[in-house]
Amino acid sequence: MSAPVVHAHHAPEGFIRKWVFSLDHKVIGVQYYFLALFSVLVGMSLSLLMRFHMVHPEAKVAWFAKLWPTAAQGGIMTPELYLSLMTMHGTIMVFFVLTTAPQSGFGNYFLPIQIGAEDMAFPVLNMLSFWTTFIALVVMVAAFFVQGGPPLSGWTTYPPLSGIGPLAGPGEGLGQTLWIVSIAIFCGASLMGAINFIATIIDLRCQGMSLMRLPLTCWTWFVTAILGLLGFAVLLAAGVLLILDRSAGTSFFIPGGLLVSDQILTHKGGSPLLWQHLFWFFGHPEVYIAILPGMGVTSQILSTFSRKAIFGYRAMVYAILSIGFLGFMVWGHHMFMSGMSPYSAMAFSVLTMAIGVPSAIKTFNWIGTLWGGKIHFTTAMMFALGFVSLFVTGGLSGIFLGQPALDLYFHDTYFVVGHFHMIMGVAAIFGMFAGTFYWFPKMFGRMMNETLGKIHFYITFLGVYAIFTPMHYLGIAGNPRRYSDFTNFDFLGKLLPVHSFMTQAAYGTAAIQILFFINLFWSMKYGKKAPMNPWNSTTLEWTVPSPPPFDNFGGHHPVVNHGPYEYSVPGAPRDFIMQTDPVDVVANPPATSH
Amino acid sequence: MPSTITSDIIRPPSPPIEGGFGGGGGPDGRGASRRASMTGLMVLLAATTMAFAAFTSAFVVRRGISNDWVALPMPRIVWVNTAVLLLSSVLLELARRSLKSGRRAGFNRYWTAGTALGVLFLVGQAVAWLQLRAAGIFVATNPSSSFFYLLTAAHGLHILGGLSALIYVDVAALLLRLGPGKRTAVDVSAMFWHFVDGLWIFLMVLFLVWG
Repeated sequence: MSAPVVHAHHAPEGFIRKWVFSLDHKVIGVQYYFLALFSVLVGMSLSLLMRFHMVHPEAKVAWFAKLWPTAAQGGIMTPELYLSLMTMHGTIMVFFVLTTAPQSGFGNYFLPIQIGAEDMAFPVLNMLSFWTTFIALVVMVAAFFVQGGPPLSGWTTYPPLSGIGPLAGPGEGLGQTLWIVSIAIFCGASLMGAINFIATIIDLRCQGMSLMRLPLTCWTWFVTAILGLLGFAVLLAAGVLLILDRSAGTSFFIPGGLLVSDQILTHKGGSPLLWQHLFWFFGHPEVYIAILPGMGVTSQILSTFSRKAIFGYRAMVYAILSIGFLGFMVWGHHMFMSGMSPYSAMAFSVLTMAIGVPSAIKTFNWIGTLWGGKIHFTTAMMFALGFVSLFVTGGLSGIFLGQPALDLYFHDTYFVVGHFHMIMGVAAIFGMFAGTFYWFPKMFGRMMNETLGKIHFYITFLGVYAIFTPMHYLGIAGNPRRYSDFTNFDFLGKLLPVHSFMTQAAYGTAAIQILFFINLFWSMKYGKKAPMNPWNSTTLEWTVPSPPPFDNFGGHHPVVNHGPYEYSVPGAPRDFIMQTDPVDVVANPPATSH
Repeated sequence: MPSTITSDIIRPPSPPIEGGFGGGGGPDGRGASRRASMTGLMVLLAATTMAFAAFTSAFVVRRGISNDWVALPMPRIVWVNTAVLLLSSVLLELARRSLKSGRRAGFNRYWTAGTALGVLFLVGQAVAWLQLRAAGIFVATNPSSSFFYLLTAAHGLHILGGLSALIYVDVAALLLRLGPGKRTAVDVSAMFWHFVDGLWIFLMVLFLVWG
């Protein structure tokens, strides 16, 4: 057996193989990232249209009529169109942004480098996974432009409405079919991605990279991949059943004797609740698919910019694992309203509360990491701190919603909208921003502008609180969600100024994102050249040039001797020890190490 | 048969260094790609299990909540198909044993026969569908027939995937291109095939007990 030799692999030549159908995990990661950027622009525009409509339900807008000749006749948005916007906003944001960027984007780019591998385990599968996701997005966006209008059953697509077909009204024809097809394709793509992530982490770690030396980012990508694997398989199965109900006349989810548009349906005996169980068995883990990678990035960044080891590394790992495990046992808390037995509701409630324990461990350890640290307030650090803030705020309202008695009141109000946007939406988005500012130098070889970044941070941070905090009060006041127009209800009249305020806040927050896009694209071309390790970080991606060469380590096989977060170790020559530093870098090793 | 290929199969040379140490388990990075393929297979099987678990729970729940379920008259040929599928798994195992002891011709014979039986199984399933159709039982006739068509189709898709892997290996073997690097393909496709075989047994039990 010969010793490992230096054997660098060279990138393929030619635009198509290098940038389009690339097998390189870094290019695929960037492709996913830009797919998510496109999707977030679409999703955000839809939310602005919704917020506009809520405040000006009677407004006539000429280009609405042009864009949707039937759904916005004369420029006035119909309630159905509003529901379509809501459905597409939720779907695009959840699947093509929150699932795509943190896991498939950053994970694809940095997982192999952080574990010291040349690429993912199955590069062809990786490429297929991206292009399948791309097709899913194209199909989803196509649903905007089909006869009958875009789907309007919400991102949860509850039957019977979603299972009947064109008879059920606008958007229930081809639009809804495309929605299910797109999600089924997306499930396939996610399964391919999950197989790749899990095999890569288990088998391709470099010498010395034991499980307890994995950066927390890798742990979160690993657990997220497992959640995606188990969750998307179930959603795929449920989607197939729903398609059959719509097109083959089966009755899995459609009950008997339904009268729709003056016609009695021939379906009989199905159960809409069956869909809810299958959907939320996927749907709840999906929440953690969105947030876990953000937790990983936050841990990485808080430790780096506090110049301190992460507080309680093992506790963090076990917390990630238990969040993933418990995430599969709480789907019923989305269904307290369904008339389930109070005993089941209590069981789901207790399990839901139990997730508070690992979540609190994580928050406690983040604060413990900050405590007494030499904090560097970079933009990445600000967004990571913002993540912690939003995670706590969003988590606290979850404790209310986890109580069946309270949820019966809150369930169909803006309280829920405020809750899930805080914790699943903006917290995860802040994780992506943090990751972008932290890893941009590595990905594009240049630094982002810190001043623009901080302005963007402060306004976004205040903006999202201004948008989503009032929603909790609206919910307590009984403001229902999913309504397109509140002007006709006396008891909601006094709340309209709050809606107006939220709409203004949404405009402002959306506008400041332009600054982020300017910063992103300007820095790609004109930013200051980034050194190899601009943040004095410890993990493997900072041992290679920015941007990394095609095979990441130039044919070398890195050997890891240290844990991922060895900052400010007494006796070390610098205030950080890279994972690849020699074992004896510390003259007198401290008593504790990972 | 050229002797070099046979001896390669018996004593494969060390695979190239691939850099995957699985966290420092082995003394060098050899065999990472094979291990990753095995892990990938297990993960794929986990996903398939979850999808069929979802179908099964839908099956059991749908059967339990309503009174419109009529037991499906199972076409007899399904029993023959079951036997064919089981036999194909046995043949693949015999093929693997032959390969291990270096009997390439035996491997080719058994593997080709196993693959052919896999195709025969699919044909048999199609016949079962035609018989049901002739008896006037369609997808939407009853939830029991919906589930029968759905589960046999979903299983059939996995059989198709498995068959393409079996055929890939078979073509490579018949063209004498089954080098040591393809040992993983042999093992992975055989293991996947055994899994869909077991899955079919499970579905048969489901149809018989609850159908």
